[in-house]
Amino acid sequence: MTEITETPLPGVGVRHDFACGNDQRVGVVSHHSGRRELLVYDRDDPDRVSETVPLSTDEARSLGTLLGGPNIVERLDDLRQQIAGLEIAWLPISPNSGLAGRPLGETQMRTRTGVSIVALLRGDQTIPAPGPDDLMLGDDVAVVVGTDEGIDEATRILGAPTA
Amino acid sequence: MVAASPGAAGLFLELGGILLGLALLGRAAHRWGLPSVPLYLVAGILIGDGGMVPVVPARDFIETGAEIGVILLLLLLGLEYSGEELMGALRTGVPAGAVDFGLNFTPGLAVGFALGWDYRAALLLGGITYISSSGIIAQLLGDLGNVGNRETPVVLGILVTEDLVMALYLPLMAGLLIGGSALTIALEIGGAVAVVFVALAIAVFLGERVSRVVFSRSDEHMLLTLLGLALVVAGLAEQVQASAAVGAFLVGIALSGPVEHAARQLLTPLKDVFAALFFVFFGLQVDPGTLPPMLALAIGLAVVTAGTKITTGWWSARRAGISARGRLRAGMTLIARGEFSIVIAGIAVAEGIESDIGPLAAAYVLILAVGGPLLAKAADPISRWRAARATPVPAEP
Repeated sequence: MTEITETPLPGVGVRHDFACGNDQRVGVVSHHSGRRELLVYDRDDPDRVSETVPLSTDEARSLGTLLGGPNIVERLDDLRQQIAGLEIAWLPISPNSGLAGRPLGETQMRTRTGVSIVALLRGDQTIPAPGPDDLMLGDDVAVVVGTDEGIDEATRILGAPTA
Repeated sequence: MVAASPGAAGLFLELGGILLGLALLGRAAHRWGLPSVPLYLVAGILIGDGGMVPVVPARDFIETGAEIGVILLLLLLGLEYSGEELMGALRTGVPAGAVDFGLNFTPGLAVGFALGWDYRAALLLGGITYISSSGIIAQLLGDLGNVGNRETPVVLGILVTEDLVMALYLPLMAGLLIGGSALTIALEIGGAVAVVFVALAIAVFLGERVSRVVFSRSDEHMLLTLLGLALVVAGLAEQVQASAAVGAFLVGIALSGPVEHAARQLLTPLKDVFAALFFVFFGLQVDPGTLPPMLALAIGLAVVTAGTKITTGWWSARRAGISARGRLRAGMTLIARGEFSIVIAGIAVAEGIESDIGPLAAAYVLILAVGGPLLAKAADPISRWRAARATPVPAEP
């Protein structure tokens, strides 16, 4: 991991910066207001910023995703390769299932199947590490981690309408 | 049907005219890359005592507006930094802060004494030359794209220590201005300092709790709470003969935590209106005829204190391991004086202890509020020129 320097900017926010392999310095100013600025430092005068790109909260998040920040799918793939026998599945929650609109905790998923729900995908939104109080909605996709058998069981619970 | 009082038409016309005039000046200032404070001052000077178009009906309103403007300016100065940031400045900013104070307070103080002024007027002039304009500097950092620069934390750190010094300086001056025997003055100052520490302690230890009491989901309720609180404390401070501005400043210091940023956003538009009236009102009280005799002195003081700010920035940036170009930028950025110098001068004018301090401060701030940003912009070209001179470019074959 690159060594990132954190510098408080009183009255403004906080600045994070680090040097890339080619000696170019880049950084980010996070304003108290949530606005971000992407900084590229001058090669000749390393104290000075030569380019500043102002980013709104949304734009900053998009840039982060492009750069591979919270890319949960990729991370999980790495994890699966590391642990033998661990399976990952994307299970759609049927809108007809009685669970739609209910909190996650009600499925008692871990107790019944040993499977963990590590994220909920809703449209293009991701809810990472949802808690037992988070609601499942119809057509959400649950990202689950567990054994093969456990996942079969989980598919049944989430997919079928509970009679 | 609600009828406005008979004098209302004149008031509306004048006040509206003044606000529109200020709006035009503000736009012009923006186009020329200048801060608006000096132009508001000039506008005030032109329509004031001995000026070209004296205003009559709006004057009372402007005066009240100006008093509210000072309260809002200082409330926001207090709000600018969180308790944590102030404590950070106490831990790491003391050497730079001490150099800043020593170099920039002394010239004003010395000139005051040299002119044979009352010692309190000399102390106030020291304050005027000491305090940089955090408003102008924040704008400059943004305009020049220097917020992310590595010397910027040095500049901001110095501004935070100035904020802390003001927390002691303003109540101290208030105590001295009440006057009385040495004992009463000592008691008043002791009391004032104790109140400052209480406010700081509230900010640091009770910030979250105070925030929760003041905070409201409704902007409207929160704005009314904040404004009411600041005015009540300011009024109480005035009642015990401390300056109202000091009270508002302490409210700003004490409020911290989540409420702080919301408060700043809510109050800023209101401050913009009333602070503009305050600069106009200060200008109103300055007779243009009194400016020329003060001009030479103001220029001299401006040149010296521009130099001392450059030295402050240079020295502090060097301590932080910044290269020569960054040191010059830090120093040049700190030169601008503005709103708070005028606030201090306003205290002197209101107390009537020295008639020359108003015009001197006006001329001084006009020079450095315009000259500071220009010099800050010139910092990098000057560095390039110095570098070019040090290593002559080989002649073309």
